[in-house]
Amino acid sequence: MSVIPRTLPGADAVPAPPSALVRGGLLRHPGVLFGGAVLVLLAVMAVLAPWLGTGDPLALDPVQRLKGPSETYWLGTDFYGRDLYTRVVYGARISLIVGITVATLAISIGLAIGLLAGYIRWLDTVIMRFMDGLMAIPGILLAIALIALTGASLLTVVVAITIPDIPRVVRLVRSVVLTIREEPYVQAAIAVGTRMPSILVKHVLPNTIAPLIVQGTYVAASAILAEAILSFLGAGIPPEIPTWGNIMAEGRVYFVIAPRIILLPGIFLALTVLAVNVLGDGLRDTIDPRMSKRV
Amino acid sequence: MYGFIAKRLLATIPVMGVVAVVVFLMLRLAPGDPAAVLAGDIGSPDDIRRIRTALGLDQPIHTQFFIWMGRLVRGDLGTSIISSVPVTTMIGQRLEPTLALATTTILFAVLVAVPLGVLAAWRHGTWVDRLVMMFSVAGFSVPVFVLGYAYIFGFAINLKWLPVQGYVSISEGFWPFFQRLILPTLTLSVIYIALIARITRASVLEVLGEDYIRTAHAKGVVERRVLIRHALANAAVPIVTVIGLGVALLIGGVVVTESVFNVPGLGRLTVEAVLARDYPIIQGLILIFSGVYVFLNLAIDITYTLLDPRIRY
Repeated sequence: MSVIPRTLPGADAVPAPPSALVRGGLLRHPGVLFGGAVLVLLAVMAVLAPWLGTGDPLALDPVQRLKGPSETYWLGTDFYGRDLYTRVVYGARISLIVGITVATLAISIGLAIGLLAGYIRWLDTVIMRFMDGLMAIPGILLAIALIALTGASLLTVVVAITIPDIPRVVRLVRSVVLTIREEPYVQAAIAVGTRMPSILVKHVLPNTIAPLIVQGTYVAASAILAEAILSFLGAGIPPEIPTWGNIMAEGRVYFVIAPRIILLPGIFLALTVLAVNVLGDGLRDTIDPRMSKRV
Repeated sequence: MYGFIAKRLLATIPVMGVVAVVVFLMLRLAPGDPAAVLAGDIGSPDDIRRIRTALGLDQPIHTQFFIWMGRLVRGDLGTSIISSVPVTTMIGQRLEPTLALATTTILFAVLVAVPLGVLAAWRHGTWVDRLVMMFSVAGFSVPVFVLGYAYIFGFAINLKWLPVQGYVSISEGFWPFFQRLILPTLTLSVIYIALIARITRASVLEVLGEDYIRTAHAKGVVERRVLIRHALANAAVPIVTVIGLGVALLIGGVVVTESVFNVPGLGRLTVEAVLARDYPIIQGLILIFSGVYVFLNLAIDITYTLLDPRIRY
């Protein structure tokens, strides 16, 4: 739920062909390399979670509760005697799933609405007024209210985080459409009688791809944070599921005797969000250079 | 000028109207029976019926809408399902800690972030600039609650410099009040500082390329005066804009920070209302927070005309 539109589109850059991008620095940019590498490692960790020396993330062992790190429990145990290392490794799964799903959903829905708003004039005012109102509601509060009404599950949390992100994507897409539709080649297409859907798909859509990939990384980063915040507040994914936010929420009461229960998943969470943000900044510099002039 | 203010005031009506409609529709369009969800797993059929009546869900939807809007216009945000206290009263009781925290955070963030941004732009491309930019990216990535607990661990538990948690009203003395606000302010302001420093740097950097800066240098104006009087003053509009837009970040952060530090403000009230499934309070808080956000940004729009004589509406 990035609150500030960090990408304000300009208009005039010509997208470079993909091969030139790779040669021209995409894979040489330190941010892309660092962010990408950290995310690949996290993804591998999430997929291979059962084979990384982990046990059952839900197995309770009351005798072993709140134990420090040992040979059996690499990072110690929590209040219920569950293995902290196992739960942190499994927690990566939820964070990555939430980040990827929310980004995909928000971008696709926002793209569809943004194209319509940018191209059909009478719809524009209606849609944008509605989006302005939606954007005035703080994202976390909107998500909290939606979850309170629908009950908490992975699905409702994903939907509740996606909805506040959609208006920002709509604004971005709409502004790209508004500049592209004035381009001579679009005017020419209109003049020779090309139908609207075909203009949108062939001429307008390609211009939205680069800014949307960049925006998608920021949406993913803020979605991962938002999920953790909701879980931490007790308003997110049900507490028995190992997510970083849930592990931290359970650690609150024992913070003074076992600060690692909060700090370890916290470090993983911060590292993940940092990697996604740095990757996003790197992508903005390389594939969407007209935006790097802003901020 | 007055015409402009009136026009901007009118423009907030549709925005707040949409907010009210969204909040209204959320409860009515939620899949399943919201009354049953709000009653919770142990809610009896009686509880569900009571909640349905309390929220007016037993009436036809257009009747509900007019009742809801009519009450809103009169400033009535409904009553709590659980305590039957008016929502406005509950919000009023919890206002002071949040106002205090918001004030210290905004002051601290602006006082730190603007000089940092100017410094980074002035020393563009050096290690100072890179350090500020690294801080700014990191500030966006470290979750507020992780930061809060890290501070508690370091400053309150290990060093014992500051109290761990809690809030004391300013009426009970300034130092006890201020002391308990230090860690929450440091926690909440990091993301805000990151944001403002970033924009300040970008916008001062843009201005530093202008001809009048070169002229100022050429006629021998001292560096500090060039930076503040010539560069920062002309870069002020985007900075002030982002201070206003960033309040949305602060509102999300307040909910988390107040939970971490046990501050009994509006953020904690939000979390308590969610855990108790007291939907009218959540509704009221959304309306209040959105209203504050919209009107603050309206106020900022109006100050532009004061900041920048070139802007004439």
